[in-house]
This record gives sequence, structure tokens and C-alpha cells, in this order.
Amino acid sequence: MKHLWFHLMPYTELPDNFREQNPSVWVDIHSRLFDPERAHYMYNDFMDEMEFAAEVGFDAVCCNEHHSNGYGLMPSPNLIASSLARRANPDTALCVMGNSLALYNPPTRVAEEFAMIDCISGGRLIAGFPVGSPMDTCYAYGQNPSLLRERYLEAHDLVMRAWTEPDTFAFNGRFNQQRYVNIWPRPVQKPHPPVWIPGGGSVETWRWCAEMDYVYCYLSYFGYKAGLQTMQGFWEEMKRLGKEPNPYRAGFLQFVGVAETEAEAYEFYREPAEYFYGRCLHIDPRFAAPPGYTTEATQRAGIQSQVANAALQNRKALQVSKSAREFDAILDNGYVIIGTPDQVAEKLRHVIHDLRFGQLMLLLQFGNMDKQLAKYNSRLYAVQVMPQLQDVWSEWENHWWPTPMAAADLAAPDPIAHRAVAAE
Amino acid sequence: MDMASPPPAVDHVDVNGEPCRVWRKGSGRPLAFLAGHGGLPKWPAFLDRLAESHEVVAPSIPGYPGGLGHTKLVDHLDWVLAVRDLLNGCGLEGGDTLLAGSGPGASFALEVAALWPHKVDRLALIAPWGLFDEAEPMTDPWGQRIPELPGMLCADPENWNALKAAPEGANSVEWPIEQTRALEASARTFWPLGNSGLEKRLGRVQAPALLLWGAEDRILPRSYGERIAAGLGGPARLQVIDGAGHLAELDRPSEVAEAVEAFFA
Repeated sequence: MKHLWFHLMPYTELPDNFREQNPSVWVDIHSRLFDPERAHYMYNDFMDEMEFAAEVGFDAVCCNEHHSNGYGLMPSPNLIASSLARRANPDTALCVMGNSLALYNPPTRVAEEFAMIDCISGGRLIAGFPVGSPMDTCYAYGQNPSLLRERYLEAHDLVMRAWTEPDTFAFNGRFNQQRYVNIWPRPVQKPHPPVWIPGGGSVETWRWCAEMDYVYCYLSYFGYKAGLQTMQGFWEEMKRLGKEPNPYRAGFLQFVGVAETEAEAYEFYREPAEYFYGRCLHIDPRFAAPPGYTTEATQRAGIQSQVANAALQNRKALQVSKSAREFDAILDNGYVIIGTPDQVAEKLRHVIHDLRFGQLMLLLQFGNMDKQLAKYNSRLYAVQVMPQLQDVWSEWENHWWPTPMAAADLAAPDPIAHRAVAAE
Repeated sequence: MDMASPPPAVDHVDVNGEPCRVWRKGSGRPLAFLAGHGGLPKWPAFLDRLAESHEVVAPSIPGYPGGLGHTKLVDHLDWVLAVRDLLNGCGLEGGDTLLAGSGPGASFALEVAALWPHKVDRLALIAPWGLFDEAEPMTDPWGQRIPELPGMLCADPENWNALKAAPEGANSVEWPIEQTRALEASARTFWPLGNSGLEKRLGRVQAPALLLWGAEDRILPRSYGERIAAGLGGPARLQVIDGAGHLAELDRPSEVAEAVEAFFA
């Protein structure tokens, strides 16, 4: 079982009346709410938290890409990953979840930057390739929703060839034409870093991941109850395609809050959770569905399943609300799992088996949680929860994990002693 | 749609190997109509009214209801050639074509008239897309909350709702997909601002043009009509339709049809 510590990097000081006074946390959130000097502290706290997570033994630290977004301050996750490649515990993998391929012009930029991170870190990169949300891609970045997936798939092919072809080649795509593709540097990992694909519940994505032998990650903010149907759909499709049910093929995101006692967990994590679900997920629905973003096959499957669900009354019980904002409802719906280390371990053991995944992505900092609590949560999880789950999936091999250089061969960055150097 | 009126004849033209529906009704001098945002999932009263004096030919542009093949079109030249092939496939190859259109369809009518000036005799255009003015931005026609969209496109939202409501016997899965596809088709051409660079080509249009604008257009400011009229190479006139929104032909079918008929007479 792999435990990955994931940071969204939310702006932690959205006002109490944010929801009432603003149409959206994303795309057109107003700049007056952003204080760069406060963000200085936030970024540094967040990076401290990620370095701490690596220190206490998480298998990987993860970052991701969002644009014009009040809950995701990482337009460039590669900047964060490059800093971690130097400073974070070298036993830790770096999961960049990831670069939205269609947004890079030319996409060889992604091949280059990921190769840089892989070289700096000695082969510790997990390369995430999301299509990207409608808000990020079609609205904030103006990409055409009807061409986005074609652009994404073409960019993917270009990046893969740039990583693996030894000789300079010409790329003659619909959207990208380059006569001389020849990236320097090249990734340490051969033939290329493991590729993980964050996606929604689209059948095409599942099939593509199976075909390409990539990890599929379901990164929902709505927890294990809402995720059950999607993950079951994924595994049914893998079975249909004749793929072995290796749980490491799948990643899943879960919010978790651990404390010494149940009462403390309830007290500590209530405010950050309500901040996240109340303010951070306040997204104007006009940005949710640009025409063409969702493929017709996925639309068809969605409409057919709605019809089927309406016909089967008992399935209604399985449908989980995705609009809870009060802590009790957040917990009831499974968005966040809280409790003592033993309770959380027990719960996660069930969730991991019910949904069947080997790559557990954890949001242990969420909403406006401060550094002290984020570190407390992370330490308790690492020290008291993780060991209880160490045996899970031990019968399976994780083929999708980085293969770094030998620890003894890794460079040791010089210690920093600014004042001492200045005094010399 | 007037239920007492007989339906149009249906035919298909292949564009890039994909079938596109062509409706025909009436007799007289042929008049081609290229549909607006959302396309024509149903034969509208506006065309019925025009069919009293003309042979109305309404071909579906790829991706709009009745037309397939939008995914084969990537750049703007692909689209303009597809529209030209569509018109040719309808037998409208001569130099005497009366060409009408709305929104995206009106924009393509202008492109055809700009690139093949001898093909088109006269143009009647309802709020053509294709330009963008930072001082008066076009409203985002795709980034709207679903309940608010009908009121953005029509002065009376019920006119949009009536066009888009699934008729009895329609396939309950495919109908909504077809309506989304129509919005995707216009997005594929005009995302994100509605600006296709048409302004550069306006001066090539020689055919006399009538520009019709809903007085209550909430998508495209009337100044766009004035700018198009001023940029055209041939004579142009802008006429405002009271009580109409962006899809003026849905809000005021008789008034719009009368204006088009008078101009084409």
C-alpha cells in the first residue's frame, strides 16, 4: 500500500462571507481577495508541510495544477516539485498530478520540465497527465472544449516520443508541428517516469489507461461513498478488458483527520472541512460544462445510467449528496474520515478494499488548516495509521512506482549556511 | 411550428463523407438559410413564413442538429469549405443565391460571400458572429448557467425552450446529446470570444446586405452590426427588430421574415 501526501495549496484566508458575496472561487474570483504578502507565508507553510510529510515517512508528496483558483495556488506544480526535489527527504517520490498537457505550447515543455525534475531528484518523479478541469482549461486558459481532448492526446504522444526516441525527430501533428524535437535533459527513469492519469468516471479514460498501462486516479473531493460506483465501474471495465486486478492500477483521494480522541478529531477538523466545502467548492455552475468537454460516449453513459437509476428505486440509496457543507453532513457522506488512529486505520482498510486501490492519496491539510495542525495530522497518520495498513496488498507488485537511482548514488545537496558564506 | 402546415421535404448532402440534413419547402426563388446558435432541431415558424414566397433551403452545418462531421473540422478554413460544399450540394452553385443566416450561420454566410463573391446575390443576416470588441465584449454564449441561457438567447425564454423541448417520440438519450452537440459545434468554431477574424475579410463582400438585430439582443451588442455594416464592401443596412433577442427569428418570426422578404424582393 502506498500513502501519498497531497497538497492542493488552498488560499487560507477567504472571508467568512465569501460564499454570499462572490459568484465563484474559480475563474473569476476577485483579485482583491488575494494578499501576496499573506500568500508568501502560505506558500512557505505549505512547502514546510510537504517537506515534513516526506520526513515522517510518506511514500510520496503530491502537487497539482490549477488556474485562477482560490483553493489551488499552484498554476505551476513543477516549481513546487523542483524545490522538493532538492529539499525533501530523498526516500520520497514526487508525484506531480500533474501537467495539463493541452495547456502547454509546445507540449515538449512538459517533457523537458518533467525530465529536469526526474534528473534533479534522481528518478523519483511520477508524471501525472490530467486533461484538466473545464474551469482550468476552457475558461481560465481559453482552450476550445471541442478540441481539448484531441489536443491532449496529441500532446501526450509528442511528450512520450520526446522522452523515448533517441534521435532528433520531426513531429507533424494537427496542433503541434516541430521540425526538431530533441529534448535535453532526458529522464533518469527508463523508458520514462511512471504515468498516472487523474480522471472522472469516463469509460474512455479507463480504457486508455488500460491500453497504455497507466495508473488511473479518481481525485474526487467527495470521498469514498461517492467514489464507490466509479471505482466499481473502473474494475468492471478492467475485468472486461482482461487486465489483472492489480490494485496499484488505481489511485484514490481521501480527506483524513486523525487525533488522539474522537472528540478532538471532531473539534480540530470541523472548521477546515467546513471552510473547504463551504468556500473552496463554491464554484459558479456556469463554468461546469463547456459544450464538447464531455465526450458524447460519456454523455450517453451518464444519461442512460440516470434513466437506469431512476428505474431502480433502491439505487437511490447509493447516491451520495455532493453538496454537504456542514461538518456532520460532510462526515455522514464520507467526504472526510476522522477519528483516532485505530478508527481511521480500520475505516481506511475497508475503504481500500471496497474501492480497491493501492495508491492512496491523502489530503491531510485541507481548507484553512494551519501548519501546526497539518503537521500534527500528518505525524499521527504516518506514525500510527500507516503501520497498521502496511500489509495491505503485499501480495501485489506495484509496477507503477518510480525506479530511482540507488540511494547511495544520489547527490547530497550542500548544506545551506547563508550567513557563514557571507562572512567568509 | 404551425401544426396545420405540412412539414418540409428532407434530403441529405454529404460533407466530408458525413450526412447533413437539408430541409426544403415552398416554391419560388431559392433562399438558403444557415441556422443560428443551437441550430434547428425543429422546423421553425420563421422559415414556414418565408416558404410562402420562396423555395426555402435549410441545410444543417456539420454538428448542428441534422448535421454530422464537426469533429473532422479543425481550423476555420475547414469550416468555411464545409459550408461552401454544403451549399453546392444543395444545388446553390450559381451567382444568384439569396443567402440568409443567424449568428454563427450568418457569420459563415459572410465568409462564403467574402471568399466567393460571385456566388452570392444578396445577404440577409441576423446578428452575425465573428467579431470581438474589447470595449463591448460579446456575452459568453457557452458559459451561462443552464436556467439563464434561454433568457440570454431570446427575449422570451419560452421561444428557446419550445425549440429545444424534446418532441413526443424523440429518443430521450440522443435528443439532449444532439442539443449539446449543437452548442459544441459553435464553440468549436468560435471559442472563446466569438472572434473568427471575419473583420479582416468583410471588405471582400460585394453582395448587398441587410443586417437584422433584436432590440433586446443580450449576446451581441448592436454596435457589432454597425461595425459589420461599415466594414462590408457592398451596400449594407442595419434594421432593428423590436421585441426580439439574439435569436430574433425565434422571437419575432413574422417581422424578421417580412424584413428578409422585402429585402430579397
